[in-house]
Amino acid sequence: MLKALNKTGLVFFPAFDWAIDPTHPEREERLLYTKDQVFEEGLMDIEGITEFKPADITHTDINRTHFCVPDIETVTTNSHFISAGGAKIIAEKFANKEIDKGFALVRPPGHHAMRVVHGGRGFCNINIEAIMIEYLRKNYNYKKIAVVDTDCHHGDGTQDIFWHDPDVLFISLHQDGRTLYPGSGFTDELGGPNACGYNLNIPLPPNTSEEGYLYTIENTVLPILEEFQPEIVINSAGQDNHYTDPLTNMNFTAQGYAKLTSLLNPDIAVLEGGYSIEEALPYVNAGIILSMAGLDYSKVKEPDYNPERIKETPEIMNHIKNVCDRVKTLWDSRNLLRGKIYGNEKIYKRNRNIMYDTDGIYERQSEKITGCENCPGALKIDSESDRGWKITGIYAPVNICDKCLKQAKQWYSEADSEINYFHDNRSGRYEKKKK
Amino acid sequence: MMIGIDVGGTHTDGVLLSGKKTFKSIKIPTEKDNLYKSVISALDELIKDVNPADIKRTVLSTTLTTNTVVQKKTSPVAVIVSAGPGIDPENFRIGDYYKVVKGALDHRGREIIPIDEKELRQTAEEIKKSGIKNIAVISKFSPRNPDHENLQEKILSYYFDNIFKGQNVSGNLNFPARINTTWLNASVHDSYKNFFESVSKSFVERGIKTPVHILKADGGTMPLYDSINFPAQTIFSGPAASVMGAVPSANKNNDTVILDIGGTTTDIAVLVKGVPVIASDGIKINGMKTLIRAVETKSIGAGGDSFVREENGEIIIGPERKGPAMAFGGDHLTVTDAFVFLGQINEGDFDKAEKGIKALAEKTGQDMKITAELIADKTSRTIASAFKNLVSEINNKPVYTLHDFLEGYVVNPQSVLVLGGPAEVFASRIEKLSGIKTDVVPEYPVANAKGAAMAKPTCSVTLFADTSRRQTYAPGEDFMEKTGSNYTREDAYNDCRKLLYAKAEKMGADMKDIEVETLEDLSFNMIRGFRSSGKNIRITLQIKPGLIV
Repeated sequence: MLKALNKTGLVFFPAFDWAIDPTHPEREERLLYTKDQVFEEGLMDIEGITEFKPADITHTDINRTHFCVPDIETVTTNSHFISAGGAKIIAEKFANKEIDKGFALVRPPGHHAMRVVHGGRGFCNINIEAIMIEYLRKNYNYKKIAVVDTDCHHGDGTQDIFWHDPDVLFISLHQDGRTLYPGSGFTDELGGPNACGYNLNIPLPPNTSEEGYLYTIENTVLPILEEFQPEIVINSAGQDNHYTDPLTNMNFTAQGYAKLTSLLNPDIAVLEGGYSIEEALPYVNAGIILSMAGLDYSKVKEPDYNPERIKETPEIMNHIKNVCDRVKTLWDSRNLLRGKIYGNEKIYKRNRNIMYDTDGIYERQSEKITGCENCPGALKIDSESDRGWKITGIYAPVNICDKCLKQAKQWYSEADSEINYFHDNRSGRYEKKKK
Repeated sequence: MMIGIDVGGTHTDGVLLSGKKTFKSIKIPTEKDNLYKSVISALDELIKDVNPADIKRTVLSTTLTTNTVVQKKTSPVAVIVSAGPGIDPENFRIGDYYKVVKGALDHRGREIIPIDEKELRQTAEEIKKSGIKNIAVISKFSPRNPDHENLQEKILSYYFDNIFKGQNVSGNLNFPARINTTWLNASVHDSYKNFFESVSKSFVERGIKTPVHILKADGGTMPLYDSINFPAQTIFSGPAASVMGAVPSANKNNDTVILDIGGTTTDIAVLVKGVPVIASDGIKINGMKTLIRAVETKSIGAGGDSFVREENGEIIIGPERKGPAMAFGGDHLTVTDAFVFLGQINEGDFDKAEKGIKALAEKTGQDMKITAELIADKTSRTIASAFKNLVSEINNKPVYTLHDFLEGYVVNPQSVLVLGGPAEVFASRIEKLSGIKTDVVPEYPVANAKGAAMAKPTCSVTLFADTSRRQTYAPGEDFMEKTGSNYTREDAYNDCRKLLYAKAEKMGADMKDIEVETLEDLSFNMIRGFRSSGKNIRITLQIKPGLIV
């Protein structure tokens, strides 16, 4: 009888009664065939694999990560709570050592949701990995966390949330932003002044297949993780790199995903995108689960699997190797780069425009962060959307130093936007004042 | 009049009911090597003074299938599987001959690899040579498309009489469990058939011409004749009998925990508004996952005869039974001895019980009375915490829709019902410990037989429609139809209900007295390229277990 080598926890929440709209890729049917495959394989009965009911999350769980405009109720649905709750319960079981590994197979996804949330972007409203990470940091004292985002789209939301945080290393592998939504995720997006080099993007060319992905993991991601020494590795496990995915142009496979999972060896995987609901997801998910459990996945193959047909050309492999080398060099020189890019200021400013494709919202942001050697800094965001909202959000990370916290408090006392938020993860204080 | 006979591991219990009243009840020792004889002895005892023509219904519950498996008296079975992508089917090897043949279906039931008829014939020849007569054929995703199994059956039927198909065991998806369950049906078939042919004959000889039914693990009945092809469903009917026996005492408006405290184990079950909670995804037998629907029970190693001893200064109870209580001639101290010593059981040899308690008290350095109290208390605590765990397990079952997450029923027991030998001595202790009103089931020594006698037939039907493939299929129901693109969820629901009613009627249900429960009701728009290509509909309906009114 099969027995998992790693005690593996699963939350399977396909939200069979929730869709963005009836024909949207993020619809009721998305995980239907995945559920059929996973259950027909009998995966949930394998000794050492346990399925858990998802939990709910609280407003505090969301406030640790987001400024929801105008409030949490307006920009979320129950499904977002349960999806994030699925990731949370996996994190809790992992932190309590009830499981060695966990996979939250939940929808809707979250990795395009940024710190300020005016609505949905890239099918995401709240960032389920970020909410999980802040929950782990607050309740279980994790200090160093790595997120490896293997979704085909750049994880711009997760990048935004941990942009200033050197304790959360974010690495995103994705199809080159010049060819795919959200159009970001280039190698020079390295993190803020206090976290320069702790945000790494590996943009891969269209048609990257098994060799390219596995090369990237082995030669770039793993050495960097080895040096960073995270206490926990989280995989934002998007499944849209598949050769049949309707929204992307990559050539990855179920076998490739399973091998990637064995190589990367994440403690927790959280499902992100993946919209080839019949040809890819059933096989990819079965492969990932078996791989996490330490079981043989060599026969989990798409019915039309033909690795030769979708193999990278030598030119593509060369391109991939170049990108990998560049990223590794950037990582190695991160301490030098900080001074070069940012200089040495007390307060840094940044202005950005953000598009919410799912809800058709346009946001303008200006941001201030304290320059600090001891903590990720105090963050102030002024945000204004074409829906008419104007807010100021002050964010104090869980590991903020006294000096920066003082600055954060001062900013809050001065804030006079329509809505002003003060989210202090260190003391667990979440306030909001209106003009 | 109705008869219920429950052949248990130690005792065979029987009741003769007149209406709801017990006209006669008996308890005789089970002849372990001849369950047939146990049934007939009980029957003869029960009908001694009545006219056999007055017997309107008989229900049997036996451990035959369980015994056949546990004692490894199963018949040789050849298992033929076809799988396709996924876990290597070699991992599911079972039976005396196991072969993975060509052929594969995908998750929507579409053919990936056809069956190789030549290979199958060669396989059949090979099996024939080995002398195996019972064949199980299981293809992955047969609940989505029966064609492969049907073709295999057709070819194999030239060679063999007894072919068991995976599609017939359940509409649930679980390939390994379907292999196990199909094997189980095939492997216990011969001994089951012999047993029930003898039983049927004996009933006829005694002038009882009304139908004989078999109790299933889900607390419902099926006609004896129909059970011959699905003997696996009769496994674990013992616990189901006890649960059904407690149903008349349960409040229909709230939830109840049922504790069947036996010699070796306590079986725990839960009623929601008077109806047993069913493990519809299937139960495990000897660690082997099956697709057999059963009353959700948790069995713990704590009962009247649980072995009591001292380890590292602590009193340890169970989980094993080493024999009867000292007060009843055993060699080892048991929980029952503590109750005898405390004067709460006024049977058996007090001196022998006292001797055992004394020896234990010397080891723990405590007063004898305190020691006996500790044993009783600790056992009660184990039982009370186990039933709370079961309730929380039931409440924490995974859900797949927002509706079930947000509106799902939360079990909250307001009462506990106890049956089994030591029921009375435990009831007040469990009430105190759990804070939940606890009562003893009236006539508890034969409540199981009464539960069997009064149990209604149950059955379930799963219907699966894929309008883009223009197909509607109910696994195991001989129902496969071409479906138009305008087939709706309502059509599917109605078809499923029709099939369920027909099945229930065939199983002997009183059609004026059936309650249908919807277990699954999902309809998905299948979108391909931003357009609807059809609907994917899944309906599962069941007749709820209950008692004849």
